[in-house]
Amino acid sequence: MALKKFVVGCFEDEKVLFPAVEKVRKTGYKFHDIYTPFPVHGLDKAMGLRETSLHTAGFLYGLIGTTTAVTFMTWVFTKDWPMNIGGKPHFALPAWIPITFELTVLCAAVGMVLTFCYICQLAPFVKKHTFHPRATDDLFVMVIECGEHTSEDEVKALLNEAGAQEVNTQVAEEGWWIGRYDQEQELYKEPNIA
Amino acid sequence: MSKQQFEISAGYKKWTNILLGAGVLTLALGVFFLAMSKDEVAQTRFWAVLLQNSVFFLLVVNASMFFICATTLAMGGWQMAFRRVPEAISSLVPVFSALAFLVFAGIIFGDKHTIYHWLDKEHVAHDPILKGKSAFLNPKFFMIWTIITMVVWSLVGAKMRKLSSQADEPMSLEESKKFIWNNTVWGAIFIVFFALTVASTIPWLWLMSIDAHWYSTMYSWYTFVSSFVAGMSLVALFVIYLKNNDQLGYVTEEHLHDLGKFMFAFSVFWTYLWYSQFMLIWYANIPEETVYFKPRLEGPYKVIFFLNLITNFAVPLLLLMRSGAKRSFSTVTVLAILIILGHWMDFYQMVMPGTMHEHYSLGWFEFGILALYAGLIMFFVGKGLAKKPLIAKYHPFIKESTIHHT
Repeated sequence: MALKKFVVGCFEDEKVLFPAVEKVRKTGYKFHDIYTPFPVHGLDKAMGLRETSLHTAGFLYGLIGTTTAVTFMTWVFTKDWPMNIGGKPHFALPAWIPITFELTVLCAAVGMVLTFCYICQLAPFVKKHTFHPRATDDLFVMVIECGEHTSEDEVKALLNEAGAQEVNTQVAEEGWWIGRYDQEQELYKEPNIA
Repeated sequence: MSKQQFEISAGYKKWTNILLGAGVLTLALGVFFLAMSKDEVAQTRFWAVLLQNSVFFLLVVNASMFFICATTLAMGGWQMAFRRVPEAISSLVPVFSALAFLVFAGIIFGDKHTIYHWLDKEHVAHDPILKGKSAFLNPKFFMIWTIITMVVWSLVGAKMRKLSSQADEPMSLEESKKFIWNNTVWGAIFIVFFALTVASTIPWLWLMSIDAHWYSTMYSWYTFVSSFVAGMSLVALFVIYLKNNDQLGYVTEEHLHDLGKFMFAFSVFWTYLWYSQFMLIWYANIPEETVYFKPRLEGPYKVIFFLNLITNFAVPLLLLMRSGAKRSFSTVTVLAILIILGHWMDFYQMVMPGTMHEHYSLGWFEFGILALYAGLIMFFVGKGLAKKPLIAKYHPFIKESTIHHT
């Protein structure tokens, strides 16, 4: 896995963070990520991250669960082993709804958790680089990825100017990434205030 | 800056008048051709349709007040940007109560056995089940509890609306605290009474007693959710209408998203209750319980029964699931109309099988009365909205609502 260079800026306040995010996007540098102690409303939009496809995946997993449950029960109770249960029809759809529902939820939930872990590269055997230990406590840590043509000093100056408390450069492994999610970033647009 | 005060536009007035005109004409024709007819089926049709519509729309407008009180108790601030809309809708409760009371009085004092067969004293005397229920199902208790219910809904609702007017004037911190406390107390009173009425006794009396031999413990919740999801759709419709006319400046798609979530979630909850009621009865297969589903599932109401599931479950589930759909003004408008009509049909299939049996019809009278109620809602909500500023400017939670973010 390739080593990459990152410029890390630490902010102490959301009020400073948001203008800084806007500034970085205007200049066109690439965010690696922003690590925050708690979920910050609207930060994803400010960073220009595209909307996650996790829910679409969840819907598809759910659909797989529904079809599995209905087809399996249909096969068992009408073809493989038809039984007379309380005089009910063999194809007893109302009685199967709870199981169909459970399997839908189970598939959607487990599938989404696994997908989420994959997207975020979370697994017991993956060692993740921590950019700042205080990111889980009280610091907003903005990490900017340096490409071939990125001037490290310019990024540092920009972050300092934007009000970062602490700025440094770190070299870290990128992780075992296969998807395209981290490469898609929307271009900055002036917000349209009507 | 958008306008602070609602003015009834010419187009709005025109549509109100068209709907009201069509409705009043239908009612007049209905009185002449149905109520005064010698034919018992025609008479039953008249009273059954009025019963369905008056109960449905009364519960729908009352759901607005439930929404206000529930969000008040939860200390919710997000709805403050459009709070005057459910307030205006709930100001219809006294009007629709009066109309529903007239219908009940007509049925009870007119001795309409075909609607409520427990009104037939001779029949009850020979019927051990109805005899056992006669302490509850008798005209006196019915009328007294109906009057108490309607009066308390109207009075506590009026008190909540009156309290809300205080937020049009500046308040000190102490006054704000007292204001929130007063709202909480009155909201709590309403919710408790709401639980004793809509969530239990009232649907038993008004609707479930049509099939007096049959009972279901799910029934009241089912009725409540049906009216609540239609009520939220009605709120969403008016919010969208006002927003389209450059009013309610603080409302953004974030607020619409939350209204859409209510419509989506309670459509699913409705299905949950529908299914719980249906599955247990279907599975146990006891004749005294399945009697309710016989005409609906296998008899003449089959189409309406399954259509009900499509409009009230499948369509909202699939079309409102994406977050983009809940934030789209046009999608929410279409689905809100669909949900309201869907639950109107739901009430139709609650009332008709027990009263009209196989002679049901869905024609000029049914849709005419629907138009009458739509016209009444437009007329009175328009008046209610125009009476006060559209935004309670000094409400302590208004800031929370303007920066609301889902």
